[in-house]
Amino acid sequence: MSKAENNVLPSGYHPKSFWERNKRSHGYLLRREIRSKAYKLFRFLLLFAICFLILHPILDKLSVSLMEERDLYDSSIKVIPRHVTVENYEIVAEQIYYWKALINTLWISVLVAVLQVAASTLVGYGFARFDFPLKRFWFACVVLVIIVPPQTISTSLYLRFRYFDIFGIIKALNGGEALNLRSSSIPYYLLSMTCMGLKNGLYIYMLRQFFSGVPVSLEEAAYVDGCNTFHTFWKVILPEAVPIIVSCLLFAFVWQWTDTFYSKLFLGGNTLLSMEISPISDRIANYFSTQKGIGLSLGRRNQFVSTATLMLIAPLLLVYLFAQRSFVESISTSGMKM
Amino acid sequence: MSQLSRDIRKNHRMNIKTRRAISGYLFILPFIIGFLVFMVRPLINSLWMSFSTVEISPSGFTNTWNGFANYIKAFTVDPDFTRMLTEEFTKILTHTAAILVLSLVVAIILNQKFKGRPFVRAVFFLPVILSSGVLVGLETNNSLMSSIADAMKKNSNFQMSDSVVAILRLSGLGAGILDIVVDIISEVQDIVMSSGIQIIVFLTGLQSIPDSLYEAADMEGCTKWESFWKITFPMISPLLIVNIIYSVIDFFMKTDSNIMNKIRDTMVIYLDYGFSSAMAWVYFVLVIILIGICALIFHRRGVGQDHV
Repeated sequence: MSKAENNVLPSGYHPKSFWERNKRSHGYLLRREIRSKAYKLFRFLLLFAICFLILHPILDKLSVSLMEERDLYDSSIKVIPRHVTVENYEIVAEQIYYWKALINTLWISVLVAVLQVAASTLVGYGFARFDFPLKRFWFACVVLVIIVPPQTISTSLYLRFRYFDIFGIIKALNGGEALNLRSSSIPYYLLSMTCMGLKNGLYIYMLRQFFSGVPVSLEEAAYVDGCNTFHTFWKVILPEAVPIIVSCLLFAFVWQWTDTFYSKLFLGGNTLLSMEISPISDRIANYFSTQKGIGLSLGRRNQFVSTATLMLIAPLLLVYLFAQRSFVESISTSGMKM
Repeated sequence: MSQLSRDIRKNHRMNIKTRRAISGYLFILPFIIGFLVFMVRPLINSLWMSFSTVEISPSGFTNTWNGFANYIKAFTVDPDFTRMLTEEFTKILTHTAAILVLSLVVAIILNQKFKGRPFVRAVFFLPVILSSGVLVGLETNNSLMSSIADAMKKNSNFQMSDSVVAILRLSGLGAGILDIVVDIISEVQDIVMSSGIQIIVFLTGLQSIPDSLYEAADMEGCTKWESFWKITFPMISPLLIVNIIYSVIDFFMKTDSNIMNKIRDTMVIYLDYGFSSAMAWVYFVLVIILIGICALIFHRRGVGQDHV
């Protein structure tokens, strides 16, 4: 019915009005129109509701964290704070050693992500391109790694690194005492380098899926031109795989950033954001009662927890803002198909 | 071609094959080392520990065999374990079902064209980042915070579930069904927050279905509803099992689950390694059984046949 359509139609043809057309179709057109409008409304409501559910906690925390204490108790203030302050941020930053923890977390997350993805890339390529005996068996092991909850083996990993030893060599050198690696981060780096870190099985799976899709002719061409296997991998395959590697890195980074499980087990000696933030409410309450001699109300405690949470996720949101495409497309292109 | 040159060629080909095999092993070497050292040994070790009493001394730890004592303790002596286990499993079943339905519906909607789709997609994927690790447990982590959360719930003016309960009562649903419905609704946020990846997986599946199928169905007079069940559902059902497994695993690995906390506390605080391992193994075996049952059901129905 639009103008553009009219121009295309042959001259002498007069478009009928909606109602006339409706009459000719015995009411079908109207019914169809109503149905499609209703569906659009339903779709809008559903999407809006779910977006609201997802964004609500963040917006809520943002508004609470910016309020002054008196705004908290003012029942006329619901969402938008009347007296805006950044005092909460300052107190939290001081209590959780924010900048130090931020830099530590950044450093460890980047390092761990790079180690994990580098190892997973090698392994993924190995599974995608080479034929070797027991290949199916080893791939079944990868699936096992995905399925085994880390909690199952955490107990014995913990003890293993508490009394770390390689075939009794260290014991002999150290005078009968096994090495205590509990307080250092070395164990976690070892785990990351050997694909046993957080969700590494998943990265292997994703990367393998991607490499399987790269045309073999590319490697054959390189091989004919005199590249050896590793050269081919480095010069031909890796540049192809940059997008998927970037997304794996992002996932590894983000999941490491918020992880507490492995951090608690292996990174106890470091000041990490996720570790500092868990006991935040008690710590702040303690600070207020010892330094200022006042107790904290529930609402105020909640305010501090909200502030701390926002400070934890702010860098992640920033990363997500710039790399959102990478996150989403990795899953669709690598296709988590089985 | 002489016998000699054929021999050389054959030899050469074998050589390449072996060389490729060796390169392959070199590439997956990190995984093999990690798997043997940090997976198999701890796995066997922890299985062994679950059957024994673990004594800790400065020079190492010793395991003394004590049969099924730890398991018996977990199921009969410990007051919380069985209760937590059943709670966890009912929760996982309802959650997985809800996640599947929600993510399928959302994926179908997101596959259509409408204004603001990139924004909606970005928002829907946000939980993948925000619902991991510390963020999940932060508000319920310590007893004080959970009491705060309770207090806030009672006082907040956003009592969604209560008003919904009232509506559902009026509509005359039975009490049993009502409870389940209310349970799901009060968990809606949880479910939405944990279906990011599943939505994308379904979306990928939907995009791979050729339009011509729908056109043909339309020509033959299929309604949308029929073409959903006859085309969409069969085409994406291999992804159903992927999503089920992903949801189940994701749920089990959540750091805020009661059982996980109990296992960790038993180990780190009470230093009862044997008991902790036994509980972890019970948990793990149940996960495997659950996933196995899911896989079996879908294989039976012939659904999972065409996935590689």
